[in-house]
Amino acid sequence: MAFPQPRPQAPQLPQHLLRTIDCQQGAVRAVRFNCDGNYLLSCGSDKSLKLWSMSRGTLLKTYSGHGYEVLDADSSYDNSQICSCSSDKTVILWDVATGQVTRKLRGHAGKVNCVQFSEEATVILSGSIDGTVRCWDTRSRRYEPIQVLDEARDSISSLKVAQHELLTGSVDGRVRLYDLRMGQLHVDFISSPITCVCFSQDGQCTLSSSLDSTVRLLDKSTGEMLGEYTGHKMKGYKLDCCLSSKDTHVLSCSEDGHVYCWDLVEGSLSLKLPVGKAVVQSLSFHPSETCLLTAMEGRVQVWASEPEEADEEAEKVF
Amino acid sequence: VAEMEIGSFGDLINVGFKNKPLKKPIPLHEQTVKDEKGRYKRFHGAFTGGFSAGYFNTVGSKEGWAPSAFVSSRQQKAGKQNARPEDFMDEEDFSEHGIAPREITTSSEFSSSRRDQAAEKAKAINAQAALIPGDTLLEELIAPARLSIGVELLRKMGWKEGQGVGPRVKRKTRRQQMDGGSRVYGCALPSAGAEDSEDDDDEEFAPENVTFAPKDVTPVDFSPRMGVQGLGYRGLDPGLALLGHGAPEHIDLFKPQSEARSRLFGDERSGTRRGGVAGQAFGVGALEDDDDEDVYHRDSMSRYDSVLGGEEPGDRLYGWTAPQQYSRNKGKPAKDVSYLGKILEGFTLAQKPAKEKTIFPPPSLPRDYRPVQGFRPVVEVSRLSGVSPALAKALRTSRGHMVKEEPQQGGRHQLHSGQRRTLLGEDALQGPSSVMELLRPEDRQRLLNLRNASNQTSNQTSNQTSNQTSTPESRVSEALAAWRGVQISTQTFRPFEKNPSKQERYELYLNRLKQGDKDALDRSLDPAMTEWERSRERDEFVRASILYRPSSSSLSTRFTRAQHQEDDDTVEVSRDQEGDIDDKQAAVTMKMFGKLTRETFEWHPDKLLCKRFNVPDPFPGSGTVGLPKVKRDKFSVFNFLTVAESREPTALLKPPESMKKSRWDVSEQKKEEDCLSEMLSAARSQTETKVEKPASLPASSSSSQQTEVRSRGTNSEVIDPPEGYRPLLFKMSFLTWLVYILTSFGLFYNNINIY
Repeated sequence: MAFPQPRPQAPQLPQHLLRTIDCQQGAVRAVRFNCDGNYLLSCGSDKSLKLWSMSRGTLLKTYSGHGYEVLDADSSYDNSQICSCSSDKTVILWDVATGQVTRKLRGHAGKVNCVQFSEEATVILSGSIDGTVRCWDTRSRRYEPIQVLDEARDSISSLKVAQHELLTGSVDGRVRLYDLRMGQLHVDFISSPITCVCFSQDGQCTLSSSLDSTVRLLDKSTGEMLGEYTGHKMKGYKLDCCLSSKDTHVLSCSEDGHVYCWDLVEGSLSLKLPVGKAVVQSLSFHPSETCLLTAMEGRVQVWASEPEEADEEAEKVF
Repeated sequence: VAEMEIGSFGDLINVGFKNKPLKKPIPLHEQTVKDEKGRYKRFHGAFTGGFSAGYFNTVGSKEGWAPSAFVSSRQQKAGKQNARPEDFMDEEDFSEHGIAPREITTSSEFSSSRRDQAAEKAKAINAQAALIPGDTLLEELIAPARLSIGVELLRKMGWKEGQGVGPRVKRKTRRQQMDGGSRVYGCALPSAGAEDSEDDDDEEFAPENVTFAPKDVTPVDFSPRMGVQGLGYRGLDPGLALLGHGAPEHIDLFKPQSEARSRLFGDERSGTRRGGVAGQAFGVGALEDDDDEDVYHRDSMSRYDSVLGGEEPGDRLYGWTAPQQYSRNKGKPAKDVSYLGKILEGFTLAQKPAKEKTIFPPPSLPRDYRPVQGFRPVVEVSRLSGVSPALAKALRTSRGHMVKEEPQQGGRHQLHSGQRRTLLGEDALQGPSSVMELLRPEDRQRLLNLRNASNQTSNQTSNQTSNQTSTPESRVSEALAAWRGVQISTQTFRPFEKNPSKQERYELYLNRLKQGDKDALDRSLDPAMTEWERSRERDEFVRASILYRPSSSSLSTRFTRAQHQEDDDTVEVSRDQEGDIDDKQAAVTMKMFGKLTRETFEWHPDKLLCKRFNVPDPFPGSGTVGLPKVKRDKFSVFNFLTVAESREPTALLKPPESMKKSRWDVSEQKKEEDCLSEMLSAARSQTETKVEKPASLPASSSSSQQTEVRSRGTNSEVIDPPEGYRPLLFKMSFLTWLVYILTSFGLFYNNINIY
């Protein structure tokens, strides 16, 4: 006789506030997990970029060298390098351990909204308000970009890389998917200015949030809409959205101080996480666990599925 | 104890204060040294900083003279420490009078003060004039042995110290000078007479060609009067005191301290001088034997000069006057003799003085002169019958434009409106051609009379202008003259390139012209054409043959025709234009994402980018990067139309068909019919029933049917929406077409207007 199948665990949601980190760097423009989720990066408006330990909430390093507020950051797959972009039109490649500037990449004509490493950290891709995506080589000593993707007609607001594909969201209301392997550019018209784009974890869907207060899940290969998520407020700010680590939920920042969490399949609102009174600027989901980072004003909050006490008790038991 | 330490050398000077008790030596604790700011300085010993060991009695630093410790670490290697002399100097040494001054000063080589006798003397005189005479005696004694550049140059030119600078003077002028000077000296120095007499003796024996150096000149002393003493007061002169000398008889206001200077100049003094201190307001010492001297000095006006510059003083010191020119008579030849023989190597004196430029006054203009340039009448080469066109061309291109260009070919700026009109082939405007026609007959007659009267003067020019107005016949002959015998048949301008048959006829005409055919025009025209067309073409050919005659295209030999026709009218546009936004917008509002909103372009990634992303180059060997560009007509209406002409990507590869069927691929027929949202809701309802693995949910929904449709197609055909949406879409596209047509008409209209 067969054992009954274990009941599938209900999808967990990061609804318990684990800790609040006061970053002391002005307004936090973006908060990002590193690739394995043990550290987090906070981009401050006081020109500094800070590296924190996720588990303890302690400051590990401050990277200063930008000339204006830092807008986005990304860490390489091996945690040895960080790239960050700023309103000072530059992209900086940092050495994590020493905190030194490895490379300062100039070329954008306006502030750089988003930056991303390629999978092997061989290329830095940065999207700017000047409407271009620049591909910077980290291997050679060239300071000019390898290629400038100037197809967008307005500011690039968001940018993601997955394997050989590059996804950009632009204020001209289009999501562009550059397929390097195929040599194709797919342009999906959304009509409202895009604030954030994401790949799903399985790489088959794209998520895009736009200023008409809608998050859309599109099929990557055909551009068909698979889901639409509304209820939050996103009218004027460039706010983030993301998918949970197991692609079960869609999360988005909101201007009403909440993080909205929808079920991906049903499209129903499953959690409305109250973060604070102000606008939730940025959020980032842990790559493997159920853990969420939110940034509001000068604070970064860490949310988990279980409260911290339980964790500690569990540790005590073991 | 202090006295014992003071060693004494030589004889003690009899100071005179012998009986006065010596001052107590300053005790050691009162021997303080202060710096320039009044702070106490402590002496630290000569090798431990001296006085300048400031900064809490250390040497410029907290550590004082502590030797710099050897420091070496992993990060900071011990640097090479080279101690320079400056490291051991303090600010005193760097100051103006220190051993290493930091300020920029004149180096001794270029300073003219050294060994300059006259200046030294002037300085000495200044010293005499100072309140304490003999002030600068020490400076005079200690003079460096170096000479300034100027002095060395002068020496090389033969100058000797004590001499003046300038051309040699003849004996006579020198004597005159001496005579002038002797008066002063004579009073002051009895010995001057002896010198004078010596000069007198020399005069007899001196040959004519012996010249003498000019007398040295002492710079005028402009030192201001500093003391409270009166004018002409002299302090106690130690020289006088030692030598013993009475007060001068004559006070020369403009020549102060004359005898002091004369002494400095080395004038011999004869007679014994009595020692002792003498000077004004000092009275007579008890030891003086000369009692009859006027102790209490009485001044009298007779001792002053009452006339400024009445007599010429011996050394030409004229108070404020500038030094005189040495050679009064300019016309003296052989000037180099007057200079000392030695002239610097490489230089010679000019035999003749530089000739003064004679400037002639400009000629006076005639009364009726008008400052307008006139061109002389030129020879019309082309009109000369015997001249071949080649010669005419050579003449024209050679120099100075022998031929004034005919108004027909002299560029469009020189044509008047009538000529332009004939060139363009326009008809003359109807209506009155001139204002004259609007006038009444009698007024016109009066005006004509007036004009005739004025024309009488400029008859010739009017004749010429009448010559130049060319009739059609003359133009034909002109064209014949221009083209006859020309062998360059290739590479001429082809004015009728757009119309090949016309061009052919034109070339035929040109060939006949070259052969000298008189009626080339009529024979080369097409007889099949109407009379009107033929006359028109005749005009055109003649005009073209004159305009593009070989001489005016002489520059064309230097240029070659472009190999590729450069089309300026094209612009680079991306080959694949984006489709209509309105359609997409409509699709978005209907939430019909997918084919309606998606567009796929061919995109060329950079080769290096592919390498960095570890993917093969999708377009190996293609040079383009980014979206492929094509050249389009710049002013084409189709640039503004965003209608897809060939939307289909050329190398569009079929996306990999996903073999696995996802839940979204439910029923394709249904998908075809239903609205997408309906489908989604249906899918959702389905998922509610059978949710298994949410992680793998979003998967490809591309089906083979869809790809087939897409590869087939262009924009609107692909649209396969449910039936309900079709009319609306059709209406929209029709509307946009209408707008396009209208705008294109507008464009054409604009173009017509422009041209």
